[in-house]
Amino acid sequence: MILEVKEVSKQFGGLKALSDVAFELPEGQILGLIGPNGAGKTTLFNVINGVFTPEQGRVIFRGEDVTGRTSYEMARRGLSRAHQVVRPLTDLTVRENVMVGACFGRERLGLRAAARKADEALTRVGLIDRSDQPAGNLNVAQKKRLEMARALAAQPYLILLDEVLAGLNPSEITSMMATVRAIRDEGVTILMIEHVMQAIMSISDRLLVLDYGTLIAAGPPKEVANNPQVIEAYLGDPKLTAKLMAE
Amino acid sequence: MFSHLSASLVDGLLIGFVYGIAAMGLSLIWGVMRVVNLAHGATMALGMFFIYYLFSGAGMNPYLALPLAALLAMAFGFIVYVVALHRVIQAGYLYTLLATFAVNMIIIGIGTTVFTTSPRNVDFSLGSVTLGGEILQGTRLVAAAASVTITGALYLFLYFTRTGKAIRAVSNNRAAAELMGISSARVLALSFGIGTMLAAVAGSLTATFFPFTILSGSTYQLKSFVICVLGGLGNPLGALLGGLILGALEGIVPVFMPVSWVPVVEFGLFVAVLVIRPSGLMGAK
Amino acid sequence: MSFWRSPGFWLNFLLIFVGGALVLLIHQDTLRETAFTVLMYIALASSLNIIMGLTGYVNFGHIVFFGLGGYFGFFMLSQMGWPLYLSMLAGGCLSAAVALVIGAAVLRLRGAYFALATIGVNEAARAFVANFKPFGGATGLFVNFSVYDQYGGSASALWWIFTLLWIVATLTVVVGYLVKHSRFGLGLIAIREDEDAAMVMGVRAPLAKTIAFALSAFFPALVGTLYFFKNGNVEPEDAFRFQLSLEILVMVMLGGKGLVLGPILGAFAYERLRGYLLISPLFKNLHLALSGGILLVIVLFVPGGVVGWFRERFPRLRRLLE
Repeated sequence: MILEVKEVSKQFGGLKALSDVAFELPEGQILGLIGPNGAGKTTLFNVINGVFTPEQGRVIFRGEDVTGRTSYEMARRGLSRAHQVVRPLTDLTVRENVMVGACFGRERLGLRAAARKADEALTRVGLIDRSDQPAGNLNVAQKKRLEMARALAAQPYLILLDEVLAGLNPSEITSMMATVRAIRDEGVTILMIEHVMQAIMSISDRLLVLDYGTLIAAGPPKEVANNPQVIEAYLGDPKLTAKLMAE
Repeated sequence: MFSHLSASLVDGLLIGFVYGIAAMGLSLIWGVMRVVNLAHGATMALGMFFIYYLFSGAGMNPYLALPLAALLAMAFGFIVYVVALHRVIQAGYLYTLLATFAVNMIIIGIGTTVFTTSPRNVDFSLGSVTLGGEILQGTRLVAAAASVTITGALYLFLYFTRTGKAIRAVSNNRAAAELMGISSARVLALSFGIGTMLAAVAGSLTATFFPFTILSGSTYQLKSFVICVLGGLGNPLGALLGGLILGALEGIVPVFMPVSWVPVVEFGLFVAVLVIRPSGLMGAK
Repeated sequence: MSFWRSPGFWLNFLLIFVGGALVLLIHQDTLRETAFTVLMYIALASSLNIIMGLTGYVNFGHIVFFGLGGYFGFFMLSQMGWPLYLSMLAGGCLSAAVALVIGAAVLRLRGAYFALATIGVNEAARAFVANFKPFGGATGLFVNFSVYDQYGGSASALWWIFTLLWIVATLTVVVGYLVKHSRFGLGLIAIREDEDAAMVMGVRAPLAKTIAFALSAFFPALVGTLYFFKNGNVEPEDAFRFQLSLEILVMVMLGGKGLVLGPILGAFAYERLRGYLLISPLFKNLHLALSGGILLVIVLFVPGGVVGWFRERFPRLRRLLE
């Protein structure tokens, strides 16, 4: 197991954002994380990569208890993350952005090696021709790719992808999915939050469903899609339910 | 020892009320606009000179001149907002800090030329009252009473008027308030106007009991920072309490150690509170 | 890329190195005095730029390091009889150590909260030193004039001091350049752009910020020791001038923050402008108001500073104007 989450709970004031969430992620898999808005998906990511410390439970990464480690320690241990709200370092060029990932990630490369690694990662995500532009000039789809490249350049064991498909058009989605698959094929494990149902159903090896901070279902996509509890959770959102049923 | 302590404590508290008013302006501006107004002290000094000239030149009673000072200061605040702040209000605190610092330099520069730096004094007395063995200066009592009144008025304004509620809405969340149809530019200009007004009023009141120069404002501005942090940055009503705490400190500390240690205690406390409880002594965590 | 192959490095280095060398060659007292002020401002502004320009943490109390470090250096020199260069380094080390301690606490604050705290730190330090007996309290410390004999009399001592300042200023600029173009510097810039995102990418922000803070605190102390030695005395009011602290900030903004060339040109332009305004009979009294007006124009219309504006306008010059 590359990642084990054991009975994790996280509270904000009186609000319980996560309660007793537990799952395991074997190496080399793509694990999808779905759930209605506000279900606690991003909070779960924040607990896994050390932005928040959970009140209860443990996070085990590559056999080591990493509960309460800071986010930069997690990055060094080989955990990368692409954010939902893309956060490029706007004053830096695209290449420099990716170099930050390479310099401070698992391998902790020097500047020269980081620049090479950055170009590699940018080629992978198809942004290499923009590498000298200021990152602030990119459009949404390109910024998502930049987030991916930054995460990749750190050469992680596990990547957390937070809605990398949101806001992309169908052809952009197809090419992004191909990129995600290619990354997995190289042996990187992936945990991804996604709202684009069709995509997450087809790409995930397994699916987790969060609702009000509780894990209500886990298993192969087909099985999860027919789970009555999951359908109910999505009923507040008829469009998503329809999509889910159509699978 | 005890009577000495209580006398200097009462004196400190009375001045603390006035400090509170100055800090209230700073805190309001920070709370609503996220601007640290470095021209606050200079504006206070302008208030002092305004009272000085109306009193010494035109023989006007300082307390009659006060509303006039308040009105003019508000107009001045609008102008400063439009000229120096409106363009950079979204650009972040560094730019607004520097913009207000530039305004400060301009005021001090012109002020030094016009008023020179020789100390002035508003030679006005209301006599004194003896209360339980303490001698209280009339001007300080009136200043304290005025401060309480102003705080009350500000409270009523912020919590019970439409405009006041709009100010609090913008303070809470500027973007959301705009979505709800509140013109944030107008609210920001008004808040800066009120903040500036409070500075000038505090300056005017101070002028009735302390000598001053155009440079005096900077000391009070630093005190206002300390008060704001004690009372909770962005919480204008907490500023009055912060002012009282500072006034009490200034009254008590000299009884136990040389008066020159007062600023060490003040600024030490300031940094400590900022680091440990940035929301202020009684603010929510 | 290696720095000795970068035109930007050489422009910065040569500006300051050749400038100082020319002053030494011409050997004229009034020129030296002007150049002393310019180099002092350059060193102060460039060191401020390490924390402010790279990490985005705006230090309003940068002068505290000039004051504290300078005080300590001057103390070692005048009371303990240490040689100038050693006293200077002692001041620098003390200053950096103080910055490590203060920084660990204060750098947890972000944005304007940090800026406010730095004002408080400077005021607290000033008030403390004014009460600190070993540093002479409010009257400060004096140097015994016989000390200048070691340097061949006071006239030649002034040239010694200038030469040391020239080296310190050059060093500050070179270190500033190297930091900016290092891996460490990339981490700092990432913190400036988005601290949380930087941490998620593995930048150890709390430590990196504190080290940058200590580094930026080292150089002002050297400058302070030299400045106070040149004056022959040090007193709290002169050592912790909040006004000067803000003026240094203005210099950085004027030239362009985050760029090595920015503070150099900003400091030079500011000093020259102030000098001109102070001498001119027309503006003499209004010099502060005019400086304020210029600052306002810069803040409102040229937020990237002069060098930043040129970089924006002429992208080809980017490799030169760093």
